[in-house]
Amino acid sequence: MNSKPPNALPASIDETLALLAAHDYVADRALATVVFLALRMQRPLFLEGEAGVGKTEIAKVLAAALNRRLVRLQCYEGLDVASALYEWNYAAQMIAIRIAEAEGAADRERLSADVFSDKFLVKRPLLEALSPDAAGPPVLLVDELDRADEAFEAFLLEVLADFQVTIPELGTVRAAVPPIVVVTSNRTREIHDALKRRCLYHWIDYPAFARELAILQARLPQVPENLARATVAFVQALRKEDLFKSPGVAETLDWASALLELGAKSLDAALVGDTLGVVLKYQDDIGRLDRGKIDKLLAESRAQLKAAE
Amino acid sequence: MNAAPAVAENIIAFARALRAAGLKLGPGSAVDAVAAVETAGFTTREDFYWTLHAVLVKRHEDDPVFDTAFRLFWRRRDPNEAILAEMLPLAPVAPAEKAGQRRVQEALEDVGRPSMRRPRREEDLTYDMRGTASDLEVFAKKDFAQMSAAEISEARRRIAALPFAREEIFSRRLVSDPRGRRIDLRRTLRASLRAGGDLIDLKRRAPGRRRPPLVALLDISGSMSDYSRVVLHFLHALTEARGRVATFLFGTRLTNVTRALACRDPDAALAACSVAAKDWSGGTWISSSLHAFNKHWSRRVLTGAVVLLITDGLEREGGETLAREMDRLHKSARRLYWLNPLLRYEGFEPKARGIRAMLPHVDEMRPVHNLESLEGLCAALAKA
Repeated sequence: MNSKPPNALPASIDETLALLAAHDYVADRALATVVFLALRMQRPLFLEGEAGVGKTEIAKVLAAALNRRLVRLQCYEGLDVASALYEWNYAAQMIAIRIAEAEGAADRERLSADVFSDKFLVKRPLLEALSPDAAGPPVLLVDELDRADEAFEAFLLEVLADFQVTIPELGTVRAAVPPIVVVTSNRTREIHDALKRRCLYHWIDYPAFARELAILQARLPQVPENLARATVAFVQALRKEDLFKSPGVAETLDWASALLELGAKSLDAALVGDTLGVVLKYQDDIGRLDRGKIDKLLAESRAQLKAAE
Repeated sequence: MNAAPAVAENIIAFARALRAAGLKLGPGSAVDAVAAVETAGFTTREDFYWTLHAVLVKRHEDDPVFDTAFRLFWRRRDPNEAILAEMLPLAPVAPAEKAGQRRVQEALEDVGRPSMRRPRREEDLTYDMRGTASDLEVFAKKDFAQMSAAEISEARRRIAALPFAREEIFSRRLVSDPRGRRIDLRRTLRASLRAGGDLIDLKRRAPGRRRPPLVALLDISGSMSDYSRVVLHFLHALTEARGRVATFLFGTRLTNVTRALACRDPDAALAACSVAAKDWSGGTWISSSLHAFNKHWSRRVLTGAVVLLITDGLEREGGETLAREMDRLHKSARRLYWLNPLLRYEGFEPKARGIRAMLPHVDEMRPVHNLESLEGLCAALAKA
């Protein structure tokens, strides 16, 4: 990868895989394909999946790997144009008007043109992403779109449709090259079909054993091999259980580093019981895992490890 | 690399097959798919699979349909790694239809589409509403279980005419409001400049209002069969009047019929529901159905939602697991109403184990056996 200039797009699916791997993101071929296509076809990438499977991370990794700026828009209910797109600096505008009046320059047309100029414009993430950038178009991360309300979704659809916005006083801002857009959703509600249609869609699932181990080793190389294998095997066994919320990859990583902090060399039932709160976030789930259950899961995961060897 | 025209044609046929199988694809997606394959190039079958997947699949639920359709359509004729372009002679129609049939059976959304739709006759409704006052009175109290077919159709019309309460909660979105407490600088400055900049007339805004989403869980087991149909009509009318209603049916398993109920015509919508749910008038496994809901759906539909649980609570199995699932449901819901047709019996006492397990976890229990009780429910929803 080093032979290429830092911000060149990958030329094939294999290169995409390598590029992500170089930045410690272990993707499967399906994800690499959809990322590659999104980059080449300049289409937004819509990622759905349970919490903690690395949806947001992919945008960060893409920004780092392609040497682009990361512009992040965290969604929430009531997100409006003023906080997503642009806002005028009203205080400064008022002062400018007062000064103009004091100086006696009361040319209304000119005043209005002065006050509504770039100088008083506060750019919010969407406008930032559309503005020209010397380092190439940025990576725009629209995070947790399911938290925003339908009104914002409709607005976003308009922006993603042709990557341009209109500010009444300034005119139309259009991205010469569209930004790399990554939209994520935790699926706490369904996103409208129209928005999905604009995007390339991908569901990120929990990784299988080998890939999760690779992720753990890439992210936390200081975890000893044995502990890493045992941790991943246990989490994999845990996901097969009937839980209200299965642990994500983020929880696996958290847990492994927690075990590392505790100086653990291997997994035993007492240790698992003490640190369960790192992996499971609902009291119902923690309550369900009594000592006997943990023993059973440990035995299962050890058998799995044996079989894999 | 340019896709050979033969391959392009096959990709377009494949997209059409997927559409027939119920995937929501616009005409643009086939073009996109060809472009994507051109971009990614032909390498391996796996890459080809994921390239088409990236463009053509827009919902996680569609994964299995895509997978089946892909395997049927792009079947390898040559045991060796054949070039995909060679597969032109493969007739796309038969496997596509096969996949489509399966999809139509499984998915609800494609049942009851325009062919089944007919315009709603408003005259009927107004005409029927002119019944004498005394007639209406008797009718309004009659138990659903005792109604004849004609009366049920009358009840449906009455339900459609129910005044649905506009219960509202404050949203975080700010809207302009002349009596609002916050100053809207954007509009203030614009208005002021429009007027010449001499006067500054403060514009204000305040939090808007929205309706909380509603989730209905309807028991369709044997003991509820007299009511479930009419209640479904009620839910259909509610979906139409209110929007943001998610409906699930359960007997021995849980079925999401939200999309089926979104169909405008009530008969088509109910027909779609009856196709979707396979467990009509069977047994009741309330706790396992609630468990399925809690596990798979609660985080997706229960964001500040009001829950209507419509069941008689008659279940033989496990009181303890049922209580646990009810507790979980109660914790995730904004308000949990239990609508119970058994309340029609005066002096109803919760003796059945299932009912006793569920009762501590509901906010309110209401009767749902006649039109009056549904009207009462609408009023109750106004407080939610």
